[in-house]
Amino acid sequence: MNDRLLSSTVDEAVSSRLSGLLTEDTRPGYSGYLVAPENLLEAVQILRDELGFDYLSSVTGVDYLEEDRLETVYHFYRSTGGSGLVLKSSCSRENGRIPSLTPIYPGAEFQEREAWDLLGIRFEGHPDLRRILMWEGFDGHPLRKDWREPYFEEEAKPFKSRWPDGKAVRSEEKTPFGDNVCFPPDFDPQTWQAEPETVIERLQQDEKPLADEEIQTDRIVVNLGPQHPSTHGVFRMTVMLDGETIVSLKPVMGYLHRNHEKIAERNTFLQNMPFTDRLDYLASMSNNFGYAIAVEKLMGVTPPERAEYIRVIMAELTRISSHIMTTGFLLNDLGAFFTPALYALEERELILDIFEMVSGSRMMCNYFRFGGVVRDIPEDVLGRIRQLVTDRLPRKIDELDSYLTNNEIVKTRCQGVGVLTDVQAIAYSAAGPILRASGVPYDVRRADPYSIYDRFDFDVAVQTHGDVYDRYLVRLQEMRESLKILRQALRDIPGGPVLAGKPQYQVRVPAGEAYGRVEGPKGELGFYVVSNGKPNPYRYHVRAPSFINLTSLETMCMHQKVADAVVVLGSVDIILGEVDR
Amino acid sequence: MSGKGIVHGLGVTLRHLLRTYWDDLKKGRRRYFNPEGIAYRQSPEVDGIFTVQYPEEKLPVPEEFRYLPFLVYDPGPAGEKVLRCTSCGICAKVCPPQCIWITRTTDPETGKPVPTPAEFAIDIDICMNCGLCAEYCPFDAIKMDHDYEIAGYDRMTTNIYTIEQLARSADYYRKIRPNAFASEEKDRLEREAAKAARAGTG
Ligand code: SF4
Ligand code: SF4
Repeated sequence: MNDRLLSSTVDEAVSSRLSGLLTEDTRPGYSGYLVAPENLLEAVQILRDELGFDYLSSVTGVDYLEEDRLETVYHFYRSTGGSGLVLKSSCSRENGRIPSLTPIYPGAEFQEREAWDLLGIRFEGHPDLRRILMWEGFDGHPLRKDWREPYFEEEAKPFKSRWPDGKAVRSEEKTPFGDNVCFPPDFDPQTWQAEPETVIERLQQDEKPLADEEIQTDRIVVNLGPQHPSTHGVFRMTVMLDGETIVSLKPVMGYLHRNHEKIAERNTFLQNMPFTDRLDYLASMSNNFGYAIAVEKLMGVTPPERAEYIRVIMAELTRISSHIMTTGFLLNDLGAFFTPALYALEERELILDIFEMVSGSRMMCNYFRFGGVVRDIPEDVLGRIRQLVTDRLPRKIDELDSYLTNNEIVKTRCQGVGVLTDVQAIAYSAAGPILRASGVPYDVRRADPYSIYDRFDFDVAVQTHGDVYDRYLVRLQEMRESLKILRQALRDIPGGPVLAGKPQYQVRVPAGEAYGRVEGPKGELGFYVVSNGKPNPYRYHVRAPSFINLTSLETMCMHQKVADAVVVLGSVDIILGEVDR
Repeated sequence: MSGKGIVHGLGVTLRHLLRTYWDDLKKGRRRYFNPEGIAYRQSPEVDGIFTVQYPEEKLPVPEEFRYLPFLVYDPGPAGEKVLRCTSCGICAKVCPPQCIWITRTTDPETGKPVPTPAEFAIDIDICMNCGLCAEYCPFDAIKMDHDYEIAGYDRMTTNIYTIEQLARSADYYRKIRPNAFASEEKDRLEREAAKAARAGTG
């Protein structure tokens, strides 16, 4: 009800203020508005300044090959909450250009780079339109519908060669090492000489010198990573240092890139479920949740009550396990080598045991299905969850609190480090604990409730300083709020079925688009799915919170000591499986 | 007072350390190298050390645990292995990384398909242990195994499993997944009874 009221006022506001610029998207199953590229900036400026859509959640694109156009899709929200607004702008596949939104929403920077890299959408006015996930000598834009991988077998799974006359072959026998990459036509890897990396140039261009330089120092460029324990995986920060102070920083990523989205577009809808586990592999239940919601929106099914409760229980346990890990490993980054991390792991193990009993796997849970979950939670496992939630976890979270919160070393290393103001956090599309630590009480569970989150009584954790310490405090409080939700869910969980309808291995998904988003442990996790009625998604895009949170990394680290960059990165809490996808 | 937080934090670690030894002293032998000790160290009541001395000690896995798929066979009248699989191909179609390869048997005379696989192969290098094959097989013919110790030196010669490596008896299945097995058996008996009743009345 509330939702509809709000969206109707949005419609009115949009039609009165922007009627000349926007047209409604009337394709069946689609929603939102279309805008011509030449009107985009003007419309978006009005959206942000007059209608309050100050948060750009997602930027992506769809290649409509048959209509010969690339469509850029934007999802806007208000940082005060409520439902969103979808805007689309098309250009031709060959030479089309779309104006970049970076001057209005700096948070579009990495997302537009990604759309350029993977789809080949040229964003005019983008300050730094380089490839971001693929390497610089890569040929083509892999998410275009006419791009084929060297291993290409068929457009869509299931492949015909597997049944009824399947004879096992390894793909590397068909495409041996060396043939498993495509190069641009005039490219010879034998004679190719690496050019100086463009990232170094960018570092020099974007340098922000220190205000008062008493001593003349040389600039040096330091690579942190890709192989470095402090980067939490294969991630690289190139930093320009003035003495020990960072004057410019550029993240380099994509070392773990496998084009999750292309794989997903070859998969059937159901086959994607286990692949979402591998995004943020510390929070597979949350990933399942987001994807299930997006596809359920398209299919128009609602899970039964018990399934909704089970989903919430799993998602909140995931949040606790992820936050407790982050807290433990943040202390690793601070130099408290592994004692706090091990205390955190101990609690996480107990939660993973529950996942294993319920779903069969500790981390790759693959537990959600469209319209419910795979199987019911047995009563004894529910009992174990109760025991954890009422006794063990509160005790252990308190212990962590008393162990770390007032520790003077933690305080001096964390307070005032990596500051992001509320205005910056919104502008950079930061999400999750980063956004809330900067004083923006935005939590999708509250701002735009999904599933049954509107039934629970909980507070949105928020702090005001926007530094590393406040991010730690937000995570701590969020774990306690999760326990609160868990206690209510465990009290109210009804009996009954856990799946709407019969289990189906081939679901029918009507044509249309949907954006499902959940509040994952790392922030707003969104899935943009386009179906054309076939068994495979036509377009599948992940709004990866840890990837987008990195957009503001340079701002957070600017003029900090290089040792603190490690701590700031630890507080952002990235998971490379999700950053690189 | 500055430094209080650090002292307090050190107190927490010290308590952890002392409790580890205290729990060891209190429980002694009962804590290690026996199933009760392992279960205790994995439970929410645990105090002190919670790690397991693999491979001397092994964690018990819950029934739902899944690793690689296997094919279930029932014993035939002459003791031969009768695979439950009808080579319907559903598992090969649902498998996300497409690592199941099935050749259907055809009757050499009529050329019609026979409901049993001639060849069934799973490339376990590619299997992502998702369990979808077991979940959607309509004949309870493929199930997820609990055995996770499959390390080897050479993947090229060993890691495409054929029927010989995949087949496990229904008895084995009952042993690792007693609850699932019992409920499937119950369903099967009910179905058969209903069929018999229909045949009787019709
Ligand atoms: S789904 Fe079951 S019966 Fe069908 S081919 Fe696979 S294992 Fe055999
Ligand atoms: S477990 Fe998943 S990946 Fe492995 S064979 Fe079965 S369906 Fe395929």
